[in-house]
Amino acid sequence: MRQKGIQLYTDHPEEEFVAPGHRSCQGCAEILALRLALKIFGRDTILVMATGCMEIVSSPLPFTSWRLPWIHVAFENAGAVASGVESAIRILMDKGRIPRKDIHVVAIAGDGGTSDIGFQSLSGALERGHKFTYICLDNEAYMNTGIQRSSSTPFGAMTTTSPPGKRSIGQSTWKKDMPKIVAGHNVPYVATACPSYPFDLFSKVKKARMTDGPSYLHILSVCPTGWRIPTDLAIEYGRLAVRTGVFPLYEVENGKYKITYSPEPLKPVSEYIKGQGRFRHLKDEDIEKIQERITADWENLKALASISNR
Amino acid sequence: MKKGVEVSVAAALAVQLARAEVISAYPITPQTHIVEYLSELVANGELEAVYINVESEHSAMSACCGAAAAGARTFTSSSAQGLELMHEMLYVVSGLRLPVVMTTVNRALSSPLSIWGDHADVMAARDTGWIMLFCENGQEVVDSLIMAYRIGEDRRVLLPVMVNVDGFSLSHVIEPIEFPSQEEVDRFLPPYQPLFSLHPDRPVTMGAYGMPEIYSEAKYAQETAIINSKDIVKEVFDDFANRFGRRYNLVETYNTEDADFVFVALGSIGENIKSAIEELKKEGKKAGLVQLRLYRPFPWKELIDVLKDKKRIAVTERAAPGGALNGPLYTEIATLLYNNGISTKMENYILGLGGRDVMPETFIDIYKGVAREVSEVPTKEKNFMFIGVRG
Amino acid sequence: MAKPMEQYKWHELNVGCVIDEPGNASEYMTGDWRTMKPVWNNEKCVKCGMCWLFCPDAAIYITEDGYYTSNLYYCKGCGICAKECKPGAIKMVEDER
Repeated sequence: MRQKGIQLYTDHPEEEFVAPGHRSCQGCAEILALRLALKIFGRDTILVMATGCMEIVSSPLPFTSWRLPWIHVAFENAGAVASGVESAIRILMDKGRIPRKDIHVVAIAGDGGTSDIGFQSLSGALERGHKFTYICLDNEAYMNTGIQRSSSTPFGAMTTTSPPGKRSIGQSTWKKDMPKIVAGHNVPYVATACPSYPFDLFSKVKKARMTDGPSYLHILSVCPTGWRIPTDLAIEYGRLAVRTGVFPLYEVENGKYKITYSPEPLKPVSEYIKGQGRFRHLKDEDIEKIQERITADWENLKALASISNR
Repeated sequence: MKKGVEVSVAAALAVQLARAEVISAYPITPQTHIVEYLSELVANGELEAVYINVESEHSAMSACCGAAAAGARTFTSSSAQGLELMHEMLYVVSGLRLPVVMTTVNRALSSPLSIWGDHADVMAARDTGWIMLFCENGQEVVDSLIMAYRIGEDRRVLLPVMVNVDGFSLSHVIEPIEFPSQEEVDRFLPPYQPLFSLHPDRPVTMGAYGMPEIYSEAKYAQETAIINSKDIVKEVFDDFANRFGRRYNLVETYNTEDADFVFVALGSIGENIKSAIEELKKEGKKAGLVQLRLYRPFPWKELIDVLKDKKRIAVTERAAPGGALNGPLYTEIATLLYNNGISTKMENYILGLGGRDVMPETFIDIYKGVAREVSEVPTKEKNFMFIGVRG
Repeated sequence: MAKPMEQYKWHELNVGCVIDEPGNASEYMTGDWRTMKPVWNNEKCVKCGMCWLFCPDAAIYITEDGYYTSNLYYCKGCGICAKECKPGAIKMVEDER
């Protein structure tokens, strides 16, 4: 018998919708994020997945890791394909061609498939107001093709296309703020999450599932392979990203910002950066520069949250 | 009873008769009238469908792909740059074997930008694994669209179908067109019943990737499907003829029986060629016309039957070769004749680019061998002739 | 059941290469990627289930007596379970196979 109090953890559905035997790297927090999210979405879900790590580790013909209806079409169009699926399900039910049922469509893409190549398609789907959830699994680079930089790669990070050198610090631009861009579409629900905080993630997935309209989840998915960290540290680095303010956990519900977990006082950013191979080349002054930016961003977010509470 | 309507509107009415369920399109001239009218039908509740106003043609085809995968009857329409933008998706839809139906209102490709008609757009998409039909007039557009769904959704086919309509010269003209009744169409075209669809009650995986060990097998299966679809196209044409009284053939011929000389053409340009043939008849000269109604899969047997005894074949194309030896249609017909041991004299004429009118006189000149592109030929090493270029 | 991909003939594939056996990739063994394996000390285990929750490979399951253990057919040996085990009941040891 399970002990009381701790039972919470296993009260969540024990069914696995991502079958074991998938080929993600050791210690992949991206597939973990999906595994956990799908436990909440449940059986009546249709998955639309962009090309990327999660697609490639799960579907080598004639095998599939998916126990839910799943379609992969291309890299840049998860938003549009999901729009089509959602519309079809709706009209087929309206016409009585399939039985009425509460089926939820979930589009899933990486940070490249969301903030770069799939940006337009996502924007269109959000603006049109389809009832679906879009999940961005952000591992901060194009990991599937061998760790190239995306617009979601953080400042200073080394990738195979943003190598540090005599004239380069590595990634020379600041991470694109996707959740705020999505919030700019005035959709009913936007949230950031991280599998290192599973209960925060569960409650946000639940809200996304219940939203009548588009919902967006931006999930930080630590990638030991691309970040050059030991395979057992994926959960720990997700936690550090949150506690240093690098990746704050918040939600935007009907335009109102709310910080769902306050890590204050923030840990120094260096605790997050040191130890990651992708930041190994950074000097103290570089880390200082990042610290300033992170602190300012955190203050901005707090201001947004406090305005929302007025 | 015939109704006088713009061909684009007629196309929309055909899609309504076919009871399309999800329509997704992006505005581009000259196809816009079709989807404008469709969105009106949906807005007025005259067509029970979802109209998705996407933000690009790539998304238009992506949305149709998703909707078809979920089991809905879908429609989109595009032209030129739009067709190029959705090019990637054309392959995916045929590979996933989804019976999406679209009209391509044929238009020239940039650059220079031209909104006017030619076949550059469809020629760039000809090998994407779609079944392709060409139309000469508005009646054919209506009938082809209704038949396109029957063909594509047949369990022995399950492939997307493209109905080609010449931009402006066909899409924007008003023609007398006969529309079948809804009851007749419903009997001819029952609701789409997919073999597989995305639904939680029966989870399937669509769009898995193919390793080198299995990719060739997947492609072979797809190739077999499109090659074999020719028989079903014929079957549907026959059934349509029996029910509606209008007979279509994979390859249409005009005055070819006793002519040694034939034109080969696609689409609405055939009407001017027919006028030229009538003029030539008055002079006692015999010329015929061969039109491919079905372009993909390539109706090679039917073509051989008409072309085998001819002495001279003039292939006219509304697309520039772009550095190829010849235009795409010529190349394919030349291959066909060579493979069958026929060495008929062939000529390749590139004309009607970017909406340039080609009058019947030009085809009379081609027949007489006096058609010229410029006064002096600037390039010697060339196996085709651009017609009507000022020098 | 799906055969290995190199044994498929072209006409044995579903139309559109649809896979209609949900989750059939679970036949695939990922356990042989492993160099280290987790070992549980049930005396220290408080049955919280964090190891189960955090396993990216869904390779940890609950035993009849409420303790946890890993399915070595799938366990890739990443070590997250051992790292995240608060009471320190899981140790990664060299896997001598």
